[in-house]
Amino acid sequence: MKRKPQRRVAVIGAGMSLFMRRALETGKELSYYAASQALETAGVRLKEIQAVVMATAPDAFDGVHMKGEWLLDGAGGVRKPYLRAYVGGGSGVFSIISGWTLVASGLFDLVLVVAEEKMSSCQPHPQGAFLTIFDHTIERPLGPNLLWIFSLEQHRYMATYGIRNEDIALVSVKNKRNALDHPVAQVAASLTVKDVLASEVVAWPVHRLMVSPISDGAAAIVLASEDVARRLSDKPIWVQGVGWSLDTSYWGNRDLAYPRYVERAARMAYEMAGISEPRRQIHVAEPYDPFAYKELHHLEGLQLSDKGKAPEDLARGRFERTGELPTCPSGGLMGVGNPIAAAGLMKLCELFWQLRGEAGARQVPGNPERGLAQAWGDLMQVGTVAILGVN
Amino acid sequence: MLEYGWDAGVAISRFLDGLKAGKILGVRCNVCGRTVTPPRAFCELDFKPIDAWVELPDTGTINTYSICYITWDMKPLRKPQIPAVIEIDGTTPRAGFLHLIGGVKGSSVESIRKQLRVGMPVRAVWRKPDQREGAITDILHFEPVRGRRR
Repeated sequence: MKRKPQRRVAVIGAGMSLFMRRALETGKELSYYAASQALETAGVRLKEIQAVVMATAPDAFDGVHMKGEWLLDGAGGVRKPYLRAYVGGGSGVFSIISGWTLVASGLFDLVLVVAEEKMSSCQPHPQGAFLTIFDHTIERPLGPNLLWIFSLEQHRYMATYGIRNEDIALVSVKNKRNALDHPVAQVAASLTVKDVLASEVVAWPVHRLMVSPISDGAAAIVLASEDVARRLSDKPIWVQGVGWSLDTSYWGNRDLAYPRYVERAARMAYEMAGISEPRRQIHVAEPYDPFAYKELHHLEGLQLSDKGKAPEDLARGRFERTGELPTCPSGGLMGVGNPIAAAGLMKLCELFWQLRGEAGARQVPGNPERGLAQAWGDLMQVGTVAILGVN
Repeated sequence: MLEYGWDAGVAISRFLDGLKAGKILGVRCNVCGRTVTPPRAFCELDFKPIDAWVELPDTGTINTYSICYITWDMKPLRKPQIPAVIEIDGTTPRAGFLHLIGGVKGSSVESIRKQLRVGMPVRAVWRKPDQREGAITDILHFEPVRGRRR
């Protein structure tokens, strides 16, 4: 980071649709629903919004070329400066980063950020949308599917540190239970580690209940410059730091046990936010959890656990909603659902509500003042981080 | 439907020619000191052309593996696929590539895990020379090297 940004940016409104296996609404309708709710809670009309950021993941889910442009009407982007933020699964958190750059730079004072995903249209299975991430010459002839890379990474993580699958299954248990308190949740459940490990093995060591579901849904937030935020909101939640980083697409050449790109993204965000002791200064975290092990893997990359020690921290209750560092109090992707780009922005909506004390049954105790959200994507190579705080 | 005629490129074309001849090729960068495979024309870290091509042995180590019971469209597989990241001997540690493990008996997680472990030495099992076509599948799979410990 060459220079710290001069203009402060706040989140002043948030909205979400239900997350579900198959929405009968179109992507535009889901986007409209989340965006209009965010505008309403911010007390802002669309005509006051000066620019719009839209995050949505692979075009292949919808079978629509340039679906960012197609979704524009539902995102409130008509006749406005509009951009699509797209780094695969990292897009949801990258959307607030993109919106933040538009406000922090001084270009705009009010920006609407919308994230949408509708995976259910894709037949016979949306996993097929990811087949083309593999190298066309040296990987695709081997017949790969998306689960391969996650099961390979999880096994490497387990083998490097001697982690058991029981330790990882506990993430599914925690997040699905936390999601019981989220009104939009798709796969909330009260389960035990035994239940998770009794679910079918899809790609060992990954069992079915250690994978987030196929989901449709949308989320949105409103960003404002400092003066505008103070005028419009009694409780603006400030974007204190953002960071992002991408690692090589030669994914087999990386250390799969440790997400170095997440560490780089986190260090950039910590520096911007003036955070020197993240474990003490972050009060609530929403690490990206599309697979159960990823929450633990990411907590280590975020420097919120020692390498290989996140499972122990989880087992002793550190990450429970009432623990020392609540993680995924929303219920995460494992519980609320995983409409890819919308799931990342859902994490920022959760921080907005947690930091304003408006999270209801999900509220973490102790008046948290600072939270972190992180997402990850593409060929396991993207780290996106945003830190929100009450001042 | 569209179809694509991809070019393999300068480096992967030479790698594929090597496979056809029964050889695994890698490249070295003298600035970062890495020897890696699959080969590339330039070092993505130092952003300069690679310095040398090296012929690697067709043996390596299992960095990680998985036992996959589903296809991309979630159809069940009775006989699982065993994808793995293989670190080829002679490359920089943690520089592996994707391939498959074969030569393993049984189809249950328990029976396969008894025969494989991370860190286990493996060797490439090649197609017969007259059946090779200059493709990654000229290596059928890697299989455990029995009786060799490191």
